[in-house]
Amino acid sequence: MQLPASSDDVLGPLAIRDQLSLTRIDASLRFVCLFFFTAALVWLLIGTVFALLTSFSLHSPSLLPCWEWLTFGRIRSAHLNAVAFGWGNNAAFAVAIWIMARLCRAEIRHGGLLLIAAIFWNIGLTVGIFGILRGDITSVEWLEMPTYVAPLLAVSYVLIGAWGVLAFAYKKSEHVYVSQWYILAALFWFPWLYTIVQIMIFFEPALGTVQAITNWWFGHNALGLWFTPIGVAAAYYFLPKVLGVPIRSYYLSLLGFWSLALFYNWAGMHHLIGGPIPVWVISAGTVASVMMVIPVIVTAINHHMTTVGHFKSVWQSPTLRFVVFGAMSYTLSSLIGSTMALREVSQVTHFTHAVVGHAHHGAYGFFTMVMFGSIYYMMPRLLNREWPSACLIRIHFWCAALGITLMAVALHIGGWIQGVEMNTPDILFLQVVKNTVPWLKARSVSGVLLASGHVAFFVNFIWMLCRRSEAFAHEGPTLIPLFWKKEAATDQQD
Amino acid sequence: MKNLPLLFCGIFFCLAFSWTGLILSSQLQLGSLRPAAIEEGELTYPRRPTGQAEQGKQEYIRLGCIYCHSQQPRMKGFGADFERGWGDRQSVPRDYIWQKRVLLGTMRTGPDLMNVGQRLTSADWHHLHLYDPQITSPGSIMTPFSYLYETRRVGEVPSADALRFPPGYAMAPAEGYEIVPTDRARLLVDYLLSLKLDYELPEAKFSQ
Ligand code: HEC
Repeated sequence: MQLPASSDDVLGPLAIRDQLSLTRIDASLRFVCLFFFTAALVWLLIGTVFALLTSFSLHSPSLLPCWEWLTFGRIRSAHLNAVAFGWGNNAAFAVAIWIMARLCRAEIRHGGLLLIAAIFWNIGLTVGIFGILRGDITSVEWLEMPTYVAPLLAVSYVLIGAWGVLAFAYKKSEHVYVSQWYILAALFWFPWLYTIVQIMIFFEPALGTVQAITNWWFGHNALGLWFTPIGVAAAYYFLPKVLGVPIRSYYLSLLGFWSLALFYNWAGMHHLIGGPIPVWVISAGTVASVMMVIPVIVTAINHHMTTVGHFKSVWQSPTLRFVVFGAMSYTLSSLIGSTMALREVSQVTHFTHAVVGHAHHGAYGFFTMVMFGSIYYMMPRLLNREWPSACLIRIHFWCAALGITLMAVALHIGGWIQGVEMNTPDILFLQVVKNTVPWLKARSVSGVLLASGHVAFFVNFIWMLCRRSEAFAHEGPTLIPLFWKKEAATDQQD
Repeated sequence: MKNLPLLFCGIFFCLAFSWTGLILSSQLQLGSLRPAAIEEGELTYPRRPTGQAEQGKQEYIRLGCIYCHSQQPRMKGFGADFERGWGDRQSVPRDYIWQKRVLLGTMRTGPDLMNVGQRLTSADWHHLHLYDPQITSPGSIMTPFSYLYETRRVGEVPSADALRFPPGYAMAPAEGYEIVPTDRARLLVDYLLSLKLDYELPEAKFSQ
């Protein structure tokens, strides 16, 4: 059998020419993608440190010294912005533009400008997070960064996104793939969302609770119309690519894309169920959230039916392990999300840690895992060398998979109990608070697991960057040996 | 779907559709809300917040209290907000019309605060609680905000607003010293005390 992770294309003269052009495209993106990934990983580590501080201080409030910049609301927001816009965006930029360029068969020209935009994005973010810590935090969820960095961030985003759109506009390939729609849409949606919401909340604030509506339109769509499409696009690209099989159904993917585009937009209003906004807005949000079942099931069929029967390859290839885990989390967390948007369920889960658990389930279990998988695939192609250590990859995978599972389970259950108790007026509020503590501690344990995984990943990444020799490429890709069949890995390696 | 302009129109339409449907139409529906009175000629509500409460609100924003506290009691029968005393009625859009920054919040690690000024009326209580929540609420997981307070030598007469710790409090200041709120703490407490849902509106009567 061909190597799963290296069988980029079927053989044949056409394919060889294709392979050459892919290599050229990879080369045209080398510096930019390496910059994005390095920045992403640094932000991931920074975000993880803030996550641990936040998580520990929530169940042990007097653990941290009482310094203003360590205020709970600030470190929590520093965590969110570092992982979402530092890790998430940097990783998504690289993955999106790289996939786009490859599928368009178009080299990226003037990569220097792209690099400058990337640098500005990260400067903006650094200033923004520093601003949060020093007290310029806005206390608007998902938009905590002070208003003075918003223009810089918006402009850098547009400049970065333009490269993806331009690649599409000047594409050389005949065919258009599903991944391209998702990426194109996401690159377009995010800056639009961001600009509108900045204006309507900060620069020309809308009246009263219309701000809250705008806020959650953005907050939910940042996940749904930016991170989700990029994650789905990457899964659509890597699953068939690495397995060497076509996607299950073209028509389903068409349906999946347009139903997501239509329904996800409206879904954010479930964050305001029972709140002081017009009832029909909430109803629209609930209906849309339930309708999200359509794109989710459709995408699930396409992703999972493409992978069934390839269990061994999935388990051996670092890329597939992570991407398949991510695709499975997408299905699960989206279905849970639709359930949580029902009025009766929301009555319990709203305002509790269950929502936090759900957010991590989607943002980490799905998006982050897919990005990890994508990086495992892209780095060898960008650098022409292999990952130095399969063992570190395995540690990374298990820490991440167990960590996020523990977190999701603990916070969903703990949050549900919290919600039920909060709705029972006989239980003193202070008692409700105390009963959440064991679950919050479980979350801290999961945080330590995730952090260990990130360190393993970072070490492997830096090791790979610094590795001189390029000779490793001919040894074939780094696979994860199957523990139940020791020789399996070796006979794959010829 | 190979055609960029067509694809682009679809993508554009989807977002424009939800923006119009959710945001623009709520703005049209709510944008003209003004303070209102139950009966013709009575005081209209909500009242404009005082300058001090507004400044205190800035502290509330800067300190990120919103990440543990909501400000949106739900209607009676939906959750137990009413029974817990978080509001004698649900809050409605009109309650927020003076707010430049709306702080609904989506997390209740701590209680809803929309009506806290009616529930907890003592500034001293709030100062002790902010200084160290364990004093007033043992076992609380609210983080202390003691950096909003300063320790200083007791002058000729002790300051009127020095914190009065319960006897036996382990972290009480040494003999001859006292702990007093900074201006920021005072403003923040002014803000908390101003949070009251003690008026009715035409569309929201008590026990609703
Ligand atoms: C880490 C989460 C957290 C943060 C941050 C937080 N609180 Fe709390 N707060 C709680 C919890 C839990 C309680 C309930 C137990 C208690 O009374 O301490 C509470 C209770 C309160 C109460 C008493 C309400 C009542 O009805 O008993 C007030 C007032 C309050 N907080 C104000 C604030 C202010 C002002 C800030 C920001 C400076 C703030 N809180 C930040 C968690 C938090």
